Amino acid sequence: MATGVQREVKAVEVRGLTRRFGDRAVIQDLDLDIAPGQFVALLGASGCGKSTLLRILADLDKDVSGEVTVARKRAVGFQAPRLMPWKRVWRNVVLGLPGRPDRERAVAALTEVGLAHRVDVWPKVLSGGEAQRAALARALVREPDLLLLDEPFSALDALTRITARGLVDEVWQRHGCAVLLVTHDVEEALALADRVLVMQDGKIGYDSPVEIDRPRDVTDPEFQRLRAELLARLGVH
Amino acid sequence: MTTTPERARVQPPSEHPERGPVETVTLRAEADARPSRIPRWALKTLSPIVLIALWQVLSSVGILEDDTLASPLTIAQTAAGMWSDGTLQSAVLTSVFRVVVGLAIGLVAALVLATLAGLFRVGEDVIDAPMQMLRTVPVIGLIPLLIIWFGIDEQPKIILVALAATFPLYMNLYGGIRNVDSSLIEAARTLGLGWFGQVRHVILPSAMPQALIGLRYALGTAWLALVFGETINATSGIGYEMNKAREFFATDIIVVCLALYAILGLVADMIVRALERGLLSWRPAFSGR
Repeated sequence: MATGVQREVKAVEVRGLTRRFGDRAVIQDLDLDIAPGQFVALLGASGCGKSTLLRILADLDKDVSGEVTVARKRAVGFQAPRLMPWKRVWRNVVLGLPGRPDRERAVAALTEVGLAHRVDVWPKVLSGGEAQRAALARALVREPDLLLLDEPFSALDALTRITARGLVDEVWQRHGCAVLLVTHDVEEALALADRVLVMQDGKIGYDSPVEIDRPRDVTDPEFQRLRAELLARLGVH
Repeated sequence: MTTTPERARVQPPSEHPERGPVETVTLRAEADARPSRIPRWALKTLSPIVLIALWQVLSSVGILEDDTLASPLTIAQTAAGMWSDGTLQSAVLTSVFRVVVGLAIGLVAALVLATLAGLFRVGEDVIDAPMQMLRTVPVIGLIPLLIIWFGIDEQPKIILVALAATFPLYMNLYGGIRNVDSSLIEAARTLGLGWFGQVRHVILPSAMPQALIGLRYALGTAWLALVFGETINATSGIGYEMNKAREFFATDIIVVCLALYAILGLVADMIVRALERGLLSWRPAFSGR
């Protein structure tokens, strides 16, 4: 890194992770490494435990066994924006940061996601896409080394999703943080990630680099090949 | 892929000779549709005025006797008289003092109890169970006990108001705290907010709408308790004036006192509404500003 800040060797290091719900082990003896700055997409059928894994990495689920090491500075983006409705947008963005609420910092983050005109409004007046962008600003303002995204685009309409996806791509290239994106959209994973994972039977069942030049083109033969392979992995024919 | 032309073809109108020409209507905007010769506010003020005029007429021709219900004119004169000799002001001051002090005690008690019960498991076990039991006791039924314990001074009236205000606010604030959206708590945790920060930035603000509903109920029951407290034993206040008037069949004074209660209740409600406007403008359902 050009900034000269010494970074952790890994953004995520998981060894022998197991998470049970009753008798059923949703995650069973799972290992995972994510390098700093790497964009990883995690795919899997619904109920396979991919969101559970993300929640564990976000320290929201502590009922686990195994060893989990994650970057100290991390931020989470959920499927719903989860903004506090009683706080104006800019106060939402800097909520939880130490010290007095820093409006300028919030404005800078909101400008980055294209919401400079929505700084002082209540979250209720934001559209779905705007709210999700505000949530992204709230994550970025923390300058995370690891950004955990749990299906952040799935509640958006098709057109807004394309814009939001482009924004995440842009933001990742600028900030250089490691990203773990949980999704069930194969094309989304291939459009954004350096590496795709498929979760199966409580483990990482498939792990492949995505070596396609950016910006990525759906018609690229390598894109097509990986897409077909991933769909087969996910049981879609 | 081949398409069957038969399925795709739509029959032209000429093949439906039984269909006549289409009848049309011109749709008008709402503003044109409503004949608004009399403005709504005028209609709204008109009907109470007509009612009062009718009441006055019934009194003037002698159908309504003064012993049953004084006429509006007599009542207005009585109110003016009570104002000029100062009875009205002192009665209102006494009653308002009782309500304000009683409410203050009750609301603080409810705030403390509901916050402890809402935020802590131990608080829930120790506080909520007895509160749920006590809330079924009708507060008015406590008057005899309060008189035995505290006599007929200001104390029992203030305590009665305090008790009446405590329960509605407690129930609603406790419920509001417990109904907090757990997904927002999770988000707050990922933002690095500790327990205290979660209480301050998530739990309490999210309980605010419900707490204000509780405050409204509390004000209502507090006034009711005051009326009871003042009517049963008192030597001053609005209820006392009303009770004294009863002995002389002075229906005019009774109506003046009732009007005072109504006006004070209205003022209290306006205060809560103003609070709601200030505190709840973030709500999606809010449309006051």
